[in-house]
Amino acid sequence: MATKQFIFVLLYIVCAPFIGGFLDGVDRKVSARMQGRKGPSVFQPFYDVIKLFQKEPLVVKRSQTFLVMTYLLFMVITGGLFFAGMDLLLCFFSLTTCAMFLVLAASFTHSPYASVGCQRELVQMMAYEPMVLLTAVGFYVATGTFYVKDIIGMDMSAIVYLPGVFIGFLFILTIKMRKSPFDLSTAHHAHQEIVRGVTQEMVGSNLALIHLAEWYETVFLLGVVAMFFVNSNPVSYVAALIVVLLAYFLEILIDNVSARVNWKVLLVSTWVVTLVAGGVNLTILVLMHR
Amino acid sequence: MANVSRSPWLLHYDGSSCNGCDIEVLACLTPVYDAERFGVVNTGNPMHADILLITGGINSQNASVVEQIYNQMPNPKVVCAVGTCACTGGVFKECYNIKGGADTVIPVDIYVPGCAARPQSIIDGIVQAVALFQKKHEEMKSEKK
Amino acid sequence: MNLIPFLICFPFVVAIFMYLIRNNKIRNGVAYASLVVIMATVVWLLVDFISHGAQGTPILIENELTELVILIAEVGLMFLVVYQCFVHRKYLISLLSIVQTLLIIWVEHFGPEISETPQMLLDRLSVLMIVIVAFIGGMITIYAVGYMHGYHHYHTEFPDRRYYFFALIFVFLGAMFGLVLSKSMLWMDFFWEVTSICSFLLIGYTKTDEAIENSFRALWMNLLGGLMLAIGITVSAFQIGVVDLQTIVEYGLTIPIVCFAFAALTKSAQLPFSRWLLGAMVAPTPSSALLHSATMVKAGVYLLFRLSPALAGTMTGTMVSFIGGLTFFLASLLAISKSDAKAVLAYSTISNLGLIVACAGVGMPETIWAAIYLLIFHAVSKAMMFQDVGAVENSLHSRNIENMQGLIYRLPRLTFIMLIGIAGMYLAPFGMLIAKWAAFKAFVDASNPLLIIFIAFGSATTMFYWTKWMAKIIGPPRVDTPLRDVTKKNEYASLYIHAVIMVVICLLCVPMSKFVVLPIEESLIGSATMTLDSADIMVMVILLIAIVVLPFVCYFGTKKHKRKHVISYMNGVNAGDNKNFIDSFGEEKQLYTANWYMVDYLGENKLLTPCIILSAGVLIIMMCLIIGGAV
Repeated sequence: MATKQFIFVLLYIVCAPFIGGFLDGVDRKVSARMQGRKGPSVFQPFYDVIKLFQKEPLVVKRSQTFLVMTYLLFMVITGGLFFAGMDLLLCFFSLTTCAMFLVLAASFTHSPYASVGCQRELVQMMAYEPMVLLTAVGFYVATGTFYVKDIIGMDMSAIVYLPGVFIGFLFILTIKMRKSPFDLSTAHHAHQEIVRGVTQEMVGSNLALIHLAEWYETVFLLGVVAMFFVNSNPVSYVAALIVVLLAYFLEILIDNVSARVNWKVLLVSTWVVTLVAGGVNLTILVLMHR
Repeated sequence: MANVSRSPWLLHYDGSSCNGCDIEVLACLTPVYDAERFGVVNTGNPMHADILLITGGINSQNASVVEQIYNQMPNPKVVCAVGTCACTGGVFKECYNIKGGADTVIPVDIYVPGCAARPQSIIDGIVQAVALFQKKHEEMKSEKK
Repeated sequence: MNLIPFLICFPFVVAIFMYLIRNNKIRNGVAYASLVVIMATVVWLLVDFISHGAQGTPILIENELTELVILIAEVGLMFLVVYQCFVHRKYLISLLSIVQTLLIIWVEHFGPEISETPQMLLDRLSVLMIVIVAFIGGMITIYAVGYMHGYHHYHTEFPDRRYYFFALIFVFLGAMFGLVLSKSMLWMDFFWEVTSICSFLLIGYTKTDEAIENSFRALWMNLLGGLMLAIGITVSAFQIGVVDLQTIVEYGLTIPIVCFAFAALTKSAQLPFSRWLLGAMVAPTPSSALLHSATMVKAGVYLLFRLSPALAGTMTGTMVSFIGGLTFFLASLLAISKSDAKAVLAYSTISNLGLIVACAGVGMPETIWAAIYLLIFHAVSKAMMFQDVGAVENSLHSRNIENMQGLIYRLPRLTFIMLIGIAGMYLAPFGMLIAKWAAFKAFVDASNPLLIIFIAFGSATTMFYWTKWMAKIIGPPRVDTPLRDVTKKNEYASLYIHAVIMVVICLLCVPMSKFVVLPIEESLIGSATMTLDSADIMVMVILLIAIVVLPFVCYFGTKKHKRKHVISYMNGVNAGDNKNFIDSFGEEKQLYTANWYMVDYLGENKLLTPCIILSAGVLIIMMCLIIGGAV
C-alpha cells in the first residue's frame, strides 16, 4: 500500500504540470474554435512558461518571490496528500493555506491593482470555501471516512449519495479555475489591469511559478471531481475520466458563453447554490443516516 | 537556447492616437486575423509583456508614461510603432503639444506605417518583432555567458 | 488541601494591599511577588493533584464564618451595584441585583431544607482552569504593569488610578479561582457575581461617557445571567433540596439546567448578549485581554462543560449548540466590517466561543474533545493577540488595522508575534483547525447538519478577516517615518512566553491531547475518544513542517537570486516610487490602498440588530418550549 501511495504521489508531482499545462492548452484551443478562430497550439502554455522563465528577473518587492514559491510548493504538497489517499478535509484546509500564500504574495506590494485583486480573491475564497468544506463532509457522511484511499475503495460511487454536492462542487470549480463569469481576482483572458489582479506585479519566473501552481491545482481539483465516481470497480476509473473531461469541457463552455458578474452576484449565488445543492443534499443524507 | 518566439505577449499603448490604429490592433485579435495563433496574448501589464505596440504620437503629457511603461518591461523586449503618428508624429507633428513619434522617448525597433495601419501590416510587424525578440533573447543569453 | 482556601483568599488580600499602596514602584513589586506566590501555589497544587492520581476530590468547608463572610460580601456587592446605578440613574439595573441577591439569601436561610454537601471540588477540569487563570492571567498582570505605565503616560486625560485597576485585577483572579472550584451553586453564584461586577468596574475605568454606557450594558447582561443562575438554584432547591452542581447534572433537572445554560450564554457573550463584550473594548487592553478573552468569558464555557453530560441529546443542548453555531457564523461575518483591531479580536472571541459553546452543547465525546482543546488554545492565543495589539497601540498610537500597513518593517518583533497569533487562529494545521476538524467529524456523528453548515460558512468568513489583516501588516509601509518601539521588557516577557506556549501547543498537539484533553474529557463525561488517528497526525506533521519550513527555505533559497527592482504598475503615472502618483491635475498624490470592509453590507448598524433579534427570538422560543415542557 505504501509503495502504491508513493508511486501515486510521484506521478502527481512529475505529471501534474504536464497534464495541467496540456489541459490549459486544450482549453485555449477549444475556446478559439468556439469563437471561430484557429487558436494557438495546444502546447502554447508550455511555450509561455518557458519564455517567462527566460525573461529578466524583475521584482517589485524582493519577498514576493519566496511567497510565490511557498504557494507553489504548498500546492504540490496539498495535491500530494490528496493523491496519497490522505484525509480529504485536511487537504482542503491545506488548500486554503495555499490560497492565503497567493494572497500574501500579491498584496505584498500594496500596489493598487494587486490590492484590488487580493480583496476580490478573498471574496472568492469566502464564496467557495463553504462548498469545499461541505464536499469533504459530504464524502464523510456518504462513506464514513475522510480518507481518500478509503473513499475510492467503496463498492458504490459516492455520486449516488452526493448528486447535490457534486453540482455545488462543479459550481465552485468555475471560481477555482478562474473561469468567467467568476474570474474576478485574476482572469486568463480579456486582459486589462483590473482583471490581472493578483498576478499584476509578478514578473517573469514568478508568473511562471504561478502558472505551474495553477496546473497542479487543476489536476488536484479534477481529482476531486473524479473521486465522486471512482469505486472499487476498475471500470469506474474510465467513467470518472470521461466525467472529468466532460466537467472540464463544461467549464470551458461556461467560460465562453458568460459575461463577468460583480462580486455580490458571485457571493450570493455561490452561497445559495451551496445551501440549496450542498446543504439540502447533506441534510437528507445525515438524517437518513440517523 | 530556448525558443521564446512562440510566445510573444503584447502590450498595447494608445498615445495620442485618433483610435483608428487602435481599432486595427484589436482587429488583429478577432477571428478574421486571429493573432493568437502565433501565441500572441494582449496583456494589460508591461511587466508581463514582451512587445510594446504604440499607436499615436507622443505628447508632453504621455512622454513620461511611455518611458515608465517601457522601463517596467523586463528584458528582452521589442518596441513596435504602429501607424504613421507613432512612427513620425503624422499629421499632428506640428501641433504645439506633440513631440513626434514614439522614438522621441524610447528606442523603437519596428515601424509599421499606414493611416490607419492595416491589420495585415500590423501582423507583419508583430512577426518581425517576434524574430527580433528571439534575437535579443539570444544576445542577452550570450552576454550573460 | 489547605492550599485551596489560600489560593482563593490570597488574591483578595493582595487586592487590599494594591488599593492601599499608592507608590507605583512598591505596588509593582508587591504585584510581582504575589503573582509568583500564586503561580507557585498553583504548581504545587498541580503536582499534588497529579501525585494523588489526578482524582476529583470534593472539599467540605465546615466553617460558619465563611458562610457569614460570603453573605456579607453578597449584600455588600448588592449595595455597591445599587449605589452605582443610582449615581448614574440606571435604576432598573439595580433591580436585577436586588432580586437576585435577595432570592439567594432567602433560599439559603429561609427556603427549603438544603442538604449539606461539599462546597468545592478539585477535579481535572478545575485544575486546568486554575492553571489557565493563574498563568495566563498572571502573565497578563505582569504585562499590565508595563502597559498601564505607558497608557497613563500617553492618556493624561484620564486620572491615574492604577491602584484601583490592579486591586480589581487581583479580586478578579481570586473570584475566578473560586468560581472554577465551586461545587455548590450558591458559592458559584457568589463568585459569578464578583466577576460580573469586577468586569463592570474595569470597563468603566476611564470614566468617559462611552465607558460608563458600555460598563452598564455589561452589568445588566451579566446580572441577567446571574439572576437566571439564582432562579435555577431556587428551583433545584425546591425540587430536590440540593444546590450541588454535579448532583443537579446527574438528576438532569431541566429547568435549573436551562437556567444555568442561559447564564453561561450571557457570560460567554453569545448572541444576543454579544454587545457587552464589544463595548468592553473601551477598557485598557490588559483588562480586555484578561477579562474579555482569556479568562472571564471562559467562566461561561466552563459552566457549560460541567453541564454537558446533561445537555447531550436534550432540547437544552440543541438550544445551546444552535445559539453557539449561529454566533460562530454571525460574529465572524460581523468581524469583516471592523477595522479596529480590538473590535476584530472581540468579534473573533465571540465567534470562537460560539464554536466552543456549540461543541459543549452537543456534548458528545468528540465535541468535548474539540471544545477543551479550543478552550486551551483560545485562551493562550487571544491573550497574546490582545497584549500584542495593546503594545502596538502604545507605539503606533492607533489600533486601526489600516494604519498597520507594513508594520513588519516598523515594529518587527511585535508584528512577528501578531503573525504567529493570526496564523494560529485559522491556518492549517494549527490549533484552531484541528479543533474545527474534530468538530466537523463530531457534528456528522451527532447528525446535526445545521451545525455543519454553520461551521462551513463561519470558517469561510473567519478566513476573510484574518487574511485581510495579515496581508495588511506585511509588505512595505505607507510612510517611512521610523517608529519607536516603546514596549517595556515586562510586556515583551509576557508576549514571548505566550508565543512560546502557543507554538508548543501547536507542536505538541498529540501529547497534549493524550495527557491533558483526554483525561479531562474522561472525568467530565465518563468516556474519552481520541479523534485523531495516526495517518491524520502524519498529515498534520507534514503540513506543520511545510508551513514552518517552506517559507524559510524559500526565503533563504531565493535571497541570493539577483533580482532587479521595478516600480509597481500604476498605469505609468508613478511619481518615481511605489507610494506616490501623478493625478489628473499633474499633482503628486500619495497612494492609499485600503482593505475591503463591506461596511455597507456587513456593518454593525446593518447586521447587528437583525442578528440580535433573530437569536433572541430563537432563545426565547426555545426557553419557553423547554420550560413549558418541563412544567
